[in-house]
Amino acid sequence: MLSLGSQFLVALGMLIGILIILLASMWLERKALAHFQFRLGPMRTGYHGLLQPIADAMKMVVKEMSVPEGVDVILYKTAPFIVFIPAFMVMAVIPFTATIKAADLNMGIFYVMAVLSISTIGYMMAGWSSHNKYSLLGCMRSIGQFVSYELPMGLSVLAVVMMAGTLNLNSIAQAQSCSWNIFRWYIFKQPLAFIIFFIALNAEICRVPFDLPEAESELVAGFHVEYSGMRFALLLMAEYVGLFTLTSICTTLFLGGWYGPPVLPGLVWFFLKTFSLIFILFWTRATLPRVRADQLMSLGWKVLMPAALINVVITGLLIMLKVY
Amino acid sequence: MAIKTTQFLNMGPQHPSTHGVFRMMLELDGERVVKCQPHLGYLHRGLEKLAEMRTYPQIISLTDRLHYANAFQNELTYCLAVESLLGIEVPKRAQYIRVMLAEMSRMQNHMIFFGALGMDLGALTPFFYSFKDRETILDFFEEIAGARLTFNYLRIGGLKEDLPEGILERIYAFTDQVPKIVDEYEELLSGNEIFLARMKGIGILSKELAINLGITGPILRSTGVAYDIRKVEPYSSYEDFTFSIPVGTCGDNFDRYKIRMKELRESNSIVRQAIERMPEGEICAKVPKIIKIDGEGYFRTETSVGEQGVYIIGKGEKSPYRIKFRSPAFVNLQMLQYVLPGGLVADVIATFSTVDICMGEVDR
Repeated sequence: MLSLGSQFLVALGMLIGILIILLASMWLERKALAHFQFRLGPMRTGYHGLLQPIADAMKMVVKEMSVPEGVDVILYKTAPFIVFIPAFMVMAVIPFTATIKAADLNMGIFYVMAVLSISTIGYMMAGWSSHNKYSLLGCMRSIGQFVSYELPMGLSVLAVVMMAGTLNLNSIAQAQSCSWNIFRWYIFKQPLAFIIFFIALNAEICRVPFDLPEAESELVAGFHVEYSGMRFALLLMAEYVGLFTLTSICTTLFLGGWYGPPVLPGLVWFFLKTFSLIFILFWTRATLPRVRADQLMSLGWKVLMPAALINVVITGLLIMLKVY
Repeated sequence: MAIKTTQFLNMGPQHPSTHGVFRMMLELDGERVVKCQPHLGYLHRGLEKLAEMRTYPQIISLTDRLHYANAFQNELTYCLAVESLLGIEVPKRAQYIRVMLAEMSRMQNHMIFFGALGMDLGALTPFFYSFKDRETILDFFEEIAGARLTFNYLRIGGLKEDLPEGILERIYAFTDQVPKIVDEYEELLSGNEIFLARMKGIGILSKELAINLGITGPILRSTGVAYDIRKVEPYSSYEDFTFSIPVGTCGDNFDRYKIRMKELRESNSIVRQAIERMPEGEICAKVPKIIKIDGEGYFRTETSVGEQGVYIIGKGEKSPYRIKFRSPAFVNLQMLQYVLPGGLVADVIATFSTVDICMGEVDR
């Protein structure tokens, strides 16, 4: 058990670390997307535009935070924090390696699912209080989307929890410990759960093809159409933090966390896996068009939900028959 | 008291995907469209009035400004109208070059359509794919006419000047690539599940309604009517070329998209035929120094959007008494109020994108 002081230091280090990861993933996304599209992306600020996210952040900080007429001021001003803070709170339980982690909660994955749901309220507040029809449509879409994708996500996690016999993320990763035998990773034992989780994750962080709440070509910018300056930056950052936290949870649940062939240290394995997943998300963004709201719902309720339920039943049977 | 369950949404004139300054007043029930009322006129520049104060050759530069992707075709329509009123016979070489340029601009128009459609559906990459290839065509245009969008290259009676040396070979080499390019486009979107779900069976326009509204061009053909002015009333030697008219089956968004992809290939084959059989000779007919028209006449051509018409009334002056541009996109936009109700907000964008308009042409 760490002392209170050292725990604080770990948390602080993590906070700074996540900010660096945030900026890095922003840069990576712009570069990856650019190269998918015969472009170079940012090139002028620093070596191959490395300082571009910092320049963007500086711009955001100095911009005026305008409050349009007719908004519900209290809700409008608090909403970005309610979106942003839960995204950061998830970071607390992610085990980067066996030792590098902020908190070792016994109900880790349960905590993650619970905290993630909070941000839905933030999206709703932002959309409702903005006094704008586009953001109202965007907020209605986001609520429908989050509610219908949290269920299959939870059920796919349940299958993993049943196999590991624990809710603790650290123990779930340890259950997949391996050296060269990477077939101990749950992605090979639970491929269906992985696919469902990955699709739901994509919907949860509102990325193409599930970026309906902010659908640029339809709703201009959806729920954050009226936000500017740092408040907008918070909403944007929440999205990128969500991108990293959810993919790292996916790594922990399905890709064996920090375990891998002993050629690289655990931390490197962890980031390698996480950023591979992030890259797949960038790739999807560059390839796919956006789905329509009703198609999104029918995919969630008619395909993912039954599939996740069947997966839970099959997992239960296999555990009962002592196959796993 | 009855509770009002619908809300009005003003989509445009400032909106990322209304392709300029088009405005739709939507009545929404949740996300479902109950009523759609289009509003136009935000880009009205009075081109027809301006034309009344200019001499006949000067008007060519105005027609460039109707549709930025169709400038050659608009110039062609106007020049053909004046030539038919004056009874001028254009040399064969000039006619072939005009056809080649018109078809090349049809190709690049459909490339813009492809990119913008992808953008409107939320896919970013098609836009960059198509604009990269469109750039090649624009480079050819720049070399031929000296400008990329507003060419002012056609003249009454022929062309401003002959083609630069060796450009035909390079255009021919490019047309070899085009089928591969279109294959690549189709790989990116045509088979995509999400794309099909967004396009198939959405925004269905019936054959009868299309004819009653006077809709022309790819949209009319997508409903199954094989009507193309290049075949019906061939102009500028179109009768010399062999090409087919792609026809759709049910007139939904996907048909409208598919027709344009097929037309891209057909236009490419016309360009190849024009280069293969390019005659030698004059590029401009003998034209009176000062053009004066007495009488009136209408001339129409098939541009990438539909039937582009020019109606000229001359009273023996250097300038026309009245000139009217019949712009196809203006007429085609009528379909929105019939097709959109019942769909979702996302369908509004998809359907509007497949109409393929340019506000400069709609508002004139």
